[in-house]
Amino acid sequence: MMHPLRKKRMQLICLGILGIGVALALILTAFEKNLMYFYSPSEIHAGDAPAKRPFRIGGMVVEGSVVRQAESLGVWFNLTDTANEQMVYFEGILPDLFREGQGIVAKGQMNESGLFIASEVLAKHDENYMPPEVAEALENVSHNSEVD
Amino acid sequence: MAAFLSMGGYAAYVWSSYAITFGIMILLYVHTKRQGEKHLRWLRRRIASQEKQK
Amino acid sequence: MFKLFYHYSSLRNFYFFSEKLIPFLIAVFLALIIYSLYGALISAPADYQQGDSFRIIYVHVPSAWMSLLVYMAMGLSAVSVLVWRVKLAEITLSAIAPIGAIFTLAALVTGSIWGKPMWGTWWEWDARLTSELVLLFLYLGVIALLRAIDDRRTGARAASILCLIGIVNIPIVHYSVEWWNTLHQGPTVSKFDSPSIHIDMLIPLLTMTVAFMLYFIIISLYRIRSAILVYDKETQWVKDLITSSKREQI
Repeated sequence: MMHPLRKKRMQLICLGILGIGVALALILTAFEKNLMYFYSPSEIHAGDAPAKRPFRIGGMVVEGSVVRQAESLGVWFNLTDTANEQMVYFEGILPDLFREGQGIVAKGQMNESGLFIASEVLAKHDENYMPPEVAEALENVSHNSEVD
Repeated sequence: MAAFLSMGGYAAYVWSSYAITFGIMILLYVHTKRQGEKHLRWLRRRIASQEKQK
Repeated sequence: MFKLFYHYSSLRNFYFFSEKLIPFLIAVFLALIIYSLYGALISAPADYQQGDSFRIIYVHVPSAWMSLLVYMAMGLSAVSVLVWRVKLAEITLSAIAPIGAIFTLAALVTGSIWGKPMWGTWWEWDARLTSELVLLFLYLGVIALLRAIDDRRTGARAASILCLIGIVNIPIVHYSVEWWNTLHQGPTVSKFDSPSIHIDMLIPLLTMTVAFMLYFIIISLYRIRSAILVYDKETQWVKDLITSSKREQI
């Protein structure tokens, strides 16, 4: 097949890459908790999220849950991952894409009464791209099927 | 035309993205060409001086 | 197969073979860029959610894809350098590293610009963004090793080793959005599912990507050819070439 010396070099290289890959996999699983970008409402409900430290929560804004305070920039809304909900309070300017049904990632902390006080709210958008007419058509289809 | 330039209000973001991307690509092209010409000139001079020493 | 490989990996053969390719590639590239820009900025409809800001996708995604593809090409060169010690591979590694670096930089910068209005932030340390930044550092590391080490062969070998150590980052970048909860959304175009992007929006994306690939090939060929002449400067074929022609460019 290959020149024996070259074969040896090739094997060493593959072994090296494999070794580094394994090492990396171990390091990453060990740090999974830190690398995890956000916790879902279910994970918070199950007590997986830190109680006293800041962390991020991710979920979808529940329809009809957005309540804005009259004089200040304060706003309440609920986030859901379809299984559980979590109420969030935020004072500040919301991103352009913030709306009901949108994916949201908020950074903040749980207070004693189970309310998540957010210091930062980011909108997460999905990987779908389509023109407005197509989006409208899709909405009509889903509304019609809901009526049934 | 105005609508095209304003990009629905996102003009700054869209146009700067395009300008930076193509700007970087053009700069690399220019740099590559200049470096190639520099190498050629260097090679020519080298050969010329080798000829002289013969 | 190997015979073909050996034939074209000879520096002289590569130089003359590539000469015929370049004008053709440039013509196709220019046509594709113009067509793609028209599609990206004019004929593709605006997104229902992001409006015209989504058009950044046409520079962001091709750059990001190229940043990964070029690194993989660099990986192949690195293997050739370390296992078979192919001269052309040493040259190729050195030639394409800067191209990959600029694509990575463009992907990071345009992504940041896009993220500000859409997500609400210029940067977040999620898995996708962080791993792409790591990719930039890997490219810079390879370039630094090549320039810092005086002996060309040793420099190429050191750079190849770094390149291959970092190759594990490529699947990390790609699968980051699936393995971890990230701010960056999941793949829009993937190998097995139908794309979640409207066809009128997809086509300019694909043609722009091909245009970027052609750009990569053209710039690589220029850099490789120039390096070949310098590498083989003592050979008769190079001396004849330099003295005989009035060529002003590589």
